[in-house]
Amino acid sequence: MSATGSGYDYSVTTYSPTGRVFQVEYASKAVEKSNVALGVKCVDGVVLVVEKPVLSKMVVPGSNKRIMTVDLHAGIAMSGLAADARQIANKSRQEAAEYRTFYGHAVPGKILADRVAGHIHTHTLYWYLRPYGCNVLLAVYDSDGPQLYCLEPAGTAFRYFGCAIGKNKQGASSELEKLKFNELTCREAVKELAKIIYKFHDAAKDKDMEIEMSWVCDESNRQHVVVPDEVREEALKLAAEAKQKEENESDSDNEEDEKSS
Amino acid sequence: MNVLANRSSEHAASGPTTRTQSPIVTGTTVLAVKYKDGIMMMADTLGSYGSLAMFKSLPRIHAINQFTLVGAGGEYSDFQFINKMLQQLTIDDFCQNDGAVLGPKEIFNWLGRVYYNRRSRFNPLWNQLIVSGYRNGKSFLGYVDLTGTHFEGDVLATGYGEYMALPLLRKNWRPDMTADEARRLLEECMAVLLYRDARTINSFQVATITADGPSISAPFQLQNTNWEYNRFIHPNATDY
Repeated sequence: MSATGSGYDYSVTTYSPTGRVFQVEYASKAVEKSNVALGVKCVDGVVLVVEKPVLSKMVVPGSNKRIMTVDLHAGIAMSGLAADARQIANKSRQEAAEYRTFYGHAVPGKILADRVAGHIHTHTLYWYLRPYGCNVLLAVYDSDGPQLYCLEPAGTAFRYFGCAIGKNKQGASSELEKLKFNELTCREAVKELAKIIYKFHDAAKDKDMEIEMSWVCDESNRQHVVVPDEVREEALKLAAEAKQKEENESDSDNEEDEKSS
Repeated sequence: MNVLANRSSEHAASGPTTRTQSPIVTGTTVLAVKYKDGIMMMADTLGSYGSLAMFKSLPRIHAINQFTLVGAGGEYSDFQFINKMLQQLTIDDFCQNDGAVLGPKEIFNWLGRVYYNRRSRFNPLWNQLIVSGYRNGKSFLGYVDLTGTHFEGDVLATGYGEYMALPLLRKNWRPDMTADEARRLLEECMAVLLYRDARTINSFQVATITADGPSISAPFQLQNTNWEYNRFIHPNATDY
């Protein structure tokens, strides 16, 4: 599956002969098996939806949040090692607060993304620090409009129309590519993202899931808040129905195959 | 002249570092009363530069969050500073998003600690603050000043208001006053201050904090002032 490090993968300060830094790549592996998180930049804001596996019946619903607010106009969704991502969120809060103290207004998205990515990157420069094992989707709505960034363990920050991180990210990404980003509104996007989450959630194999949804949009006064209950309930209902319909169709396809053969 | 005098003893005697403090742009009185629906506050909109009426439209009452208002007299830049700190507290609450939001009592306490700490380091924030709030059906009204002194009350005032308005407020206050009654009482006190406090102007803001949240009015003028009182014209006359 992955190339053997064969001795060049013990330290983040070591290059391989082919110019790879294996420790950073291994950090990304922590995300590959972790919960799905989706983000979409719409015409009127940004939506973040995260699927959270329920680890046990003993856990109180709503604990271990995977979406955190970082300033009035910005929020973060995480996938990978949650404890690492929480540190990134705390760092983002500090940066945003400091910018506000210094410059007197809300930190612009690209500056926040840049600063936090720079911080993540420093964890790939010193042998005594391990890289962050998480991907983070940063949603911001500033005077330049809504923006979505994806921050990775390597310290890169790319700006996206739509981004999927965590497991099934390839499948989820191809679903996202079907969306028309220059027409999509946040209300529509919530429904679409819920459908994608349901589509890739295997009720048999995966644990029960809790879905967290947040947005920062015109409707929320450009503040990063949890998606209102009625929008959320409708989206989850439609997503469950769509999944049910797909399963029925594939069942009837299977029946026909059995009959003909 | 003793050239062999021990120089270090001169340093030892100079005491802790201090910031010489005298306020530069100042606000005067803020008044506040508890009434039926919550708290009502009133203040003029003047920033004085000593005896110069320099900034005639400064807002001296600020809403901190859904539950709290703070009004300030004294150094305006210190008020701006503490407002920035309070704004960050509110943003922190918003980010935590855990259902716990700082209420007026908590903000009052926090301000008391900050102000006392600054005075203890001989670097005060030169303000007299009134913290007012309404939460869970209960009103809150408190005073914090540059020394860190803090207390609560049903009627409060800062600056000259403490001397001239407080006796009037205390005499006429009832716990179940309506908004109109409270407003009339505050306006009457402000009129007295307008006559007698030399650092006021006829431009005021009234603010309320109730179950519906904070509300700060646009600046308005008092219409019913009478500068024809006999003693204004003939200061030593015996008939008022």
